[in-house]
Amino acid sequence: MSPSGGESTAKGLEPLLATKEIVVFCGSGGVGKTSVAAAAALTAATRLGGKVLVLTIDPARRLASALGLEGFGNLEKQVPPEALKEAGLEPRGELWAAMLDTKRSWDDLVLRHAPDEETAYRILENRLYTNITGRFVQSHDYIAMERLFDLHATGAYDLIVIDTPPTRNALDFLDAPKRMAEFFGGRLLRWLTMPYRVGGKRGARVLNVASRPFYQLADRILGSEFLQDIGEFFVNFQSMYDGFAERARAVEALLHDRRTTFGVVTTLEGSPLREAEFFCEQLIDRKYHLGALVLNKTLPDYLLSADGARAADVLVAEAGPVAEALAAGLPDAAELSDTARTARVLGTVGDSFRNFAVVAKREAELKGELARQPEVVANVPNFEIDIYDIAGLARIGEHLFA
Amino acid sequence: MAEPDLLGRRLLFFTGKGGVGKSTVTAATALLAAERGKRVLVVEVDAKGNLTEQFEQGAVGFQPREVYPGVFAMVMRTEDSLKEYLKLNLRVPVLGRLGPLARVLDFVATAAPGVKEILTVGKVCWEVRESIEGRADWDLVVVDAAATGHIIGQLDAPRAIQELVAVGTVRTQTDWMVELLSDPALTALNIVATPEEMPVNETIELVERARAELQVPLGAVFVNRVLPELFTRSDEKTFEALRRPESGAVLTERAGPGATTVLEAARLAVSLRRTRATHLTRLRETVDLPMVYLPYLFVRDAGLRVTRMVAEAMAQELGL
Ligand SMILES: Nc1ncnc2c1ncn2[C@@H]1O[C@H](COP(=O)(O)OP(=O)(O)OP(=O)(O)O)[C@@H](O)[C@H]1O
Ligand SMILES: [Mg+2]
Repeated sequence: MSPSGGESTAKGLEPLLATKEIVVFCGSGGVGKTSVAAAAALTAATRLGGKVLVLTIDPARRLASALGLEGFGNLEKQVPPEALKEAGLEPRGELWAAMLDTKRSWDDLVLRHAPDEETAYRILENRLYTNITGRFVQSHDYIAMERLFDLHATGAYDLIVIDTPPTRNALDFLDAPKRMAEFFGGRLLRWLTMPYRVGGKRGARVLNVASRPFYQLADRILGSEFLQDIGEFFVNFQSMYDGFAERARAVEALLHDRRTTFGVVTTLEGSPLREAEFFCEQLIDRKYHLGALVLNKTLPDYLLSADGARAADVLVAEAGPVAEALAAGLPDAAELSDTARTARVLGTVGDSFRNFAVVAKREAELKGELARQPEVVANVPNFEIDIYDIAGLARIGEHLFA
Repeated sequence: MAEPDLLGRRLLFFTGKGGVGKSTVTAATALLAAERGKRVLVVEVDAKGNLTEQFEQGAVGFQPREVYPGVFAMVMRTEDSLKEYLKLNLRVPVLGRLGPLARVLDFVATAAPGVKEILTVGKVCWEVRESIEGRADWDLVVVDAAATGHIIGQLDAPRAIQELVAVGTVRTQTDWMVELLSDPALTALNIVATPEEMPVNETIELVERARAELQVPLGAVFVNRVLPELFTRSDEKTFEALRRPESGAVLTERAGPGATTVLEAARLAVSLRRTRATHLTRLRETVDLPMVYLPYLFVRDAGLRVTRMVAEAMAQELGL
């Protein structure tokens, strides 16, 4: 049995990982971005050398612990070389790993951009703060890109591989920096916070609120106390505008940089694949570098074999006679003496092949229909066991580099 | 089996990790209820907007449209929900006339905690209450709700608002919502999962959190895409014997050169199922909710056929 996709035109991710400084893996939820990103980083570190960091967003617990990432928040940690050796690898370089701690990253950001410490703490202590940072303008996406920028700026790594947060729309994070800048610079925010700025300090009930129909309306719906909380919060937040806008521009520039490339991960199922295709198109149209498409969890090619289909048909249609033939030909095999049982098993085996062949055919068709695809297309089979350790990641890596 | 009769309630939420089949199960539930004579409203909250594909119908908007006999679908849009709310409750003239205010309100809805959620949950609750009180006629409202990561925030919004907002119209309106949402005779939150590591982890975490933080009663866990068990233990011994080279020779003679490939495919199937079984066991041992098992369907494409097949499997599991 040969691994699926062995004879495709794919030349693997190796050249990409060898030349780029940042690889961003994206795709819709549940397709295996996190494992693919970790596997790519691991394989780059072992085969290409250098200092490689994988920044992961939401790893399964077993994977996180395999990377030594339990309870380490935002810190980067080296995966112990012994752990790699135990998995049978001979690393030429170093593998580092970090998780994204959204809350802490936001706090860092506020501390960095607030004009003074007092404002910073007023923001951090605002009861709306966590709530708001947790939901507005795709803050997860933004914070992930922020962290990436930060880590890249340290210059400590030869290669950074990042996996992207699960979003409704896989494209959201691309727009996040711009949207963040717009949010802080927007007239809307200024307009919304105006009554609080002219009204002055904390606690003062702002009189001119009543003059604006919006506030009148909002007041009736939400109550003025709540509104005032919001307003005050935004006034403080807005003081960080300059810092933010500049950062957002820099982050955006980095994503467009020649040293950055994108890998789109998908399974060969209708809706993730459609999303992946759309994403590839968008990346190209917006002049990002689309480096690779990773088809993950694919079924093996042998399910498409015509011989297999024929044999399955025979086993189902002639289960009885075949069982008899087995019992007659192999009289020593006690497990095959009950021909009724053998016939049942043969029928099941044949049926199962047909079932999986249906899915494999669908996958092949979808793959054939892929419109715009990058030069590099990698195929990673659906492993029978869960991937949760270094050795498992290395197996994925082999297919990424094939 | 799901107690107290799942389809007998008025409001069913479905959550789950992305891609596990949340929309499929939601649609199948609606279809099942409709085929049993109920008039069903399906609400798509998750912004992906593929719920109507399960009925092979084009996109719908905020106004419900019949997508299958007895099943009406709508997509949640918070701006529309707000407009409707204002029109009904405050007698505010159509917002369009207030020009940019609509944008500002949308902005507030994006930024302020709970506003978007309350507009979503509020609309859903409202439809249920109107039906109970005879002003609308949905027998059942099913919601393709937010994914596991966001569902608590969404369903807890009325209570969160009660805590944040001391006065105002909204405050008084949240009381009946909280009541409706926490009534086990009316409402249930169901979780869709697949027997895989991350979906099971998220389900376990969600059940814990929901019990601690949410008053909405939990319904059932729908375990989707369960691979078939091919062999009993003694059948498996026979299967192992078939994989021996001597047997392979006989099989190849009878069924051609593809025979061993077919055996290999069955081994793969057994092994895939076994890996998933460990997650299933973990789920079953940790979560004490009714489990509804739905088979992996070996089909070429998605659509109404899949929805029907899932609905049939569901009917069997629920003893309907
Ligand atoms: N039991 C099943 N057997 C086989 N395929 C299934 C099964 N259930 C769902 N599917 C398929 O899986 C795909 C994803 O299902 P669906 O869109 O319902 O997932 P979802 O959880 O709503 O995903 P999203 O997070 O993208 O909204 C669809 O193509 C659907 O047809
Ligand atoms: Mg869906």
